[in-house]
Amino acid sequence: MSAQCPECEGTIALAADILDGEIVPCPDCGAELEVVSLNPVVLELAPEVEEDWGE
Amino acid sequence: MRVGMLCSRIRVEEKLLINEFERRNVQFERIDDDQTWFDLNALQANRQVRAQFPDVIIERSLHHGRALYTLKTLNDAGIPTVNNYNVALTCGDKFLTTQALLRNGVPSPRCLLAYTQESALEAIESLGYPVVLKPVIGSWGRLVSKINDREAAEAVLEHRDTLGNYQHAIFYIQEYINKPGGRDIRAFVVGDECIAAIYRTSGHWITNTARGGAASNCPITPALADICIGAANAVGGGVVAIDVFETAEGRYLVNEVNYTMEFRNSISTTGVNIPERIVDYVLAQAQ
Repeated sequence: MSAQCPECEGTIALAADILDGEIVPCPDCGAELEVVSLNPVVLELAPEVEEDWGE
Repeated sequence: MRVGMLCSRIRVEEKLLINEFERRNVQFERIDDDQTWFDLNALQANRQVRAQFPDVIIERSLHHGRALYTLKTLNDAGIPTVNNYNVALTCGDKFLTTQALLRNGVPSPRCLLAYTQESALEAIESLGYPVVLKPVIGSWGRLVSKINDREAAEAVLEHRDTLGNYQHAIFYIQEYINKPGGRDIRAFVVGDECIAAIYRTSGHWITNTARGGAASNCPITPALADICIGAANAVGGGVVAIDVFETAEGRYLVNEVNYTMEFRNSISTTGVNIPERIVDYVLAQAQ
């Protein structure tokens, strides 16, 4: 399974057990992407860190 | 048994935990904090509404705010969570963490508290430079400032004072601890056991692995286990990650406690199956 990087249009190979909401780094441009749909698989740029994010 | 996971996005840690639940054929469901809403009155009063929720919920939200409100909502309705609301409240606020450590006799760096630029400067100068200024609410080293002299102190205090949120004018000032070898320790406590620890080494004074700190295995000495379990108990226990400084004299000081711990870099490093140990603990809470 693969999808296109919205940043660099590179093709990203995806694991078979990919999950909705999963974070996928683009191996070509390094952008942090989020799976926003599974059928079909759609990747979007993951949202930027917000003020109360963390551990 | 039904297990839920409160989450925002699925990072490596969440995926490892989900895989572990599935490996054990545990009935599992995600609670996405982007999509979930709560009928507070029904949850509090109506047993059937409560019964719709899983038997135990592990909290993995990226957002401290959402985690706090959700955990309070669930815990008040009698739904157990890992971790619980009080642990999240204490760990999520560095001042509350310091007070919990102090009240329980867990060694930690000296900390001062002030509310105005003038009083904060006075407090800083009583401690001497360098000092570290941290927002009381924050993670991943964000807005943490090492202040080396008076000019820097005046500048940072002024900047903080002008930031919108009132919490930025709660000046939490911490003693700067020189880290021998540029390293500190991240220890993982699950229940009453310190299950693993890593050294985080960096050329920068902030050693978070999120900021490039390198992880290596740290042996768990009885002294390290003691202080970490003491810190975990001080904040209410559960599944927490303790950040520990080593002083030049070889003492341990607890810097902070994290309640939604990241552990992706610590499994192969320590040889400990951390997600497995977490799932063991979560399932035990539902018994």
